[in-house]
Amino acid sequence: MTAYIVRRVLYAIPILIGVNLITFALFFVVNTPDDMARMQLGAKRVTPEAIEKWKAERGYDRPLLWNAQAAGAGKLADTIFFEKSVKLFLFDFGNADDGRNIRHEILSRMGPSLALAIPVFLIGIAANVTMAMLVAFFRATAIDLWGVVLAVSMMSVSTLFYIIGGQYLVAKSWSLVPISGYQEGLDALKFVVLPVVVGVVSGIGSGVRWYRTIFLEEMGRDYVRTARAKGLAETTVLFRHVLKNAMIPILTGAVVVIPLLFMGSLLSESFFGIPGLGSYTIDAIQAQDFAVVRSMVFLGSVLYIAGLILTDVSYTLVDPRVRLA
Amino acid sequence: MMPVVLWTDALLWLAVAAVAAYAAHARRKPHLAAPWRRVARSPAGMAAAVVLSAYVAVGLLDSLHYRPALARGDADGRTAYSVEVRSALDALLEPLRTRTEKTYSAPLATRSFARETLELADGRVQREFPRLRFGGAHLADEADRAADIALRAAGGVLAAAAVWAAVALAAARRIARRRASTVAAAWRAVWRGETELPWRAMLVTAGALLALAFPAAFLAAGYHVLGTDKVGQDVLYLALKSVRTALVIGGLTTLVMLPFAILLGISAGYFKGWVDDAIQYVYTTLNSIPAVLLIAAAVLMMQVYIDTHPELFPTAAQRADLRLLFLAVILGLTSWTGLARLLRGETLKLAELEYIQAARAFGVGDARIVTRHILPNVMHLVIVALVMDFSGLVLAEAVLSYVGVGVDPTMTSFGTMINAARLELAREPMVWWALAAAFGFMFTLVLAANLFADAVRDAFDPRTRVGGAPAPAAGTAR
Repeated sequence: MTAYIVRRVLYAIPILIGVNLITFALFFVVNTPDDMARMQLGAKRVTPEAIEKWKAERGYDRPLLWNAQAAGAGKLADTIFFEKSVKLFLFDFGNADDGRNIRHEILSRMGPSLALAIPVFLIGIAANVTMAMLVAFFRATAIDLWGVVLAVSMMSVSTLFYIIGGQYLVAKSWSLVPISGYQEGLDALKFVVLPVVVGVVSGIGSGVRWYRTIFLEEMGRDYVRTARAKGLAETTVLFRHVLKNAMIPILTGAVVVIPLLFMGSLLSESFFGIPGLGSYTIDAIQAQDFAVVRSMVFLGSVLYIAGLILTDVSYTLVDPRVRLA
Repeated sequence: MMPVVLWTDALLWLAVAAVAAYAAHARRKPHLAAPWRRVARSPAGMAAAVVLSAYVAVGLLDSLHYRPALARGDADGRTAYSVEVRSALDALLEPLRTRTEKTYSAPLATRSFARETLELADGRVQREFPRLRFGGAHLADEADRAADIALRAAGGVLAAAAVWAAVALAAARRIARRRASTVAAAWRAVWRGETELPWRAMLVTAGALLALAFPAAFLAAGYHVLGTDKVGQDVLYLALKSVRTALVIGGLTTLVMLPFAILLGISAGYFKGWVDDAIQYVYTTLNSIPAVLLIAAAVLMMQVYIDTHPELFPTAAQRADLRLLFLAVILGLTSWTGLARLLRGETLKLAELEYIQAARAFGVGDARIVTRHILPNVMHLVIVALVMDFSGLVLAEAVLSYVGVGVDPTMTSFGTMINAARLELAREPMVWWALAAAFGFMFTLVLAANLFADAVRDAFDPRTRVGGAPAPAAGTAR
């Protein structure tokens, strides 16, 4: 088991190097730092001095890969590639355009992100599984048909409309909760309730449909027929047998997103003014803060790979038939 | 006028040609036509197809671009052409496009949404809601508005009923001829749902579409049916223009993704060994970057490129168009991994089967085995993936536009419409119509695409006895 995990972590390294190369190519090779400087400074103030100053402030005034002027190890280390890309492996993200340290910013914004993402994740799975089971229990009846119709309709609505509609109804018309904002501690509750509800509701359509197929697949298996044949009630079959077995694909499918919860939700956070990593990312994209976007790309990949490893490990934990060699 | 072929136009028409060629080919091959016949028997699928074809018609009309000739020629007497690029749809909707108000106005309103300071005839100054320049301008007395609207709507419904009756009669005639029965008997069969094609569902859907379209067209002659936006543009016009953007994003992205997915997926599964390792490495790496971030990073870099190379983009329309194309390419490059993985798995399985081994034993080359024996047997996966991805991409466009990495801000799309409208919800009274229009048009398109995709999947997927679905769509922007 340990050997397997170690092997998987080692396997992650070439992938992270690949991610790093892709972002490096995207950010520094497709466009030179001069192009970026010109874009950010705007058309009017572009003078060679201004560009040099902009590059020097951000450390883009070094050579890309090989610094012939530096001495010794500096030939490799005193370059954009080393400063901006290799240091990502040490989680040293450098500073954002507003001068703040990106790592510090990420650490302080994880809290609010998780305060929103964890409830959405847990309540969402509970709601989806419950409803999918209900629909599967009444399979091939009117409830099943209309349940699926409702699910397909709900997944055809853009998330933007769920957020806008929720904000309008709950926060503006009924004034139950503040429209947006965030506070630390227990006060966070009243700010987080609406985004959580919106997040759960917007995921129900695709969730119910997906879990329903898992339940139906499980219900077609032989052990279910055996259980029915020995006279068990349909509810007993569903709760004691089908649910337990269906939890294997459900849990392992859900595990992969757990690390990504840290990244927060792009849309909800920015609409509801929650100072998490999602809104940080959106702000950086809109302000064209390349350093922050690059850091978030790297962080996102690390978390995704962690999710993949967790998934494989969770297979062995919930399903004793799976052995990792 | 001078025809203009934008990049996305060319590719869109190429896609149409490819679909037509495939349809002509599949028609002659019973094994290819069989699953499509199953699709054609699904009422929900065919009803969705009717809606989709209406959208496609609008989108294709909007893809015939030209530059109108100016009334005055240039100095040498030759015809000069406007720098503005228009489409056939613009020509069709000329009144909607040109009759702009000053600012917001509610649907079917005769007066503006915002107060203005008006100077009355006797010199007094008063703040009131001014009459619109075009909305209801033909009314001498505003009190007649309700009657006028009712009259126009009734006219629209009558026209819709006439067209619908003609279509229904033609359908019934065709069925009657095929069954060698009377038209009345054929009509009864349609109405009881006893025809092979689900004519009842299709006719009901077409009737609903006509009943919406005709009254809207009759009313649009005198009013702004869905109101106007901040700069006074007709919202109905904007919504219709958004359709093309959505189709391009949904359609061209899959077109970009296909070659990558098919080529790399099948080679990985067929050649195994280091080819497989390399391809798996590439798609795991691409997959591990969160899709929104990769798209955002690529679009940011594209913006820098466009901004620093203005000489490559002569007109605003061309720049917006290339940006749209880039967006489709970027979305395609990030979304081929799911299908490639699926194809690799299927090819691994197929390559072990006896008929492939027999082909190898006969000395058939790799290229021929792949194209003649493997590709046809994975095509059902490709078709299912194509239709399943479409709706997700339309939804993703709206989100990306909100994030600021979507289409060019000057290009009309559902995303830019929502973006412009959402800030106005805080107004009192609320400006709801632009948002409602975007919601209605987008929801209908995505719902129809989803229903059609379900029908296609059920028909093509051999595992449908339990309604089993492939893995949920790879995490595109949510």
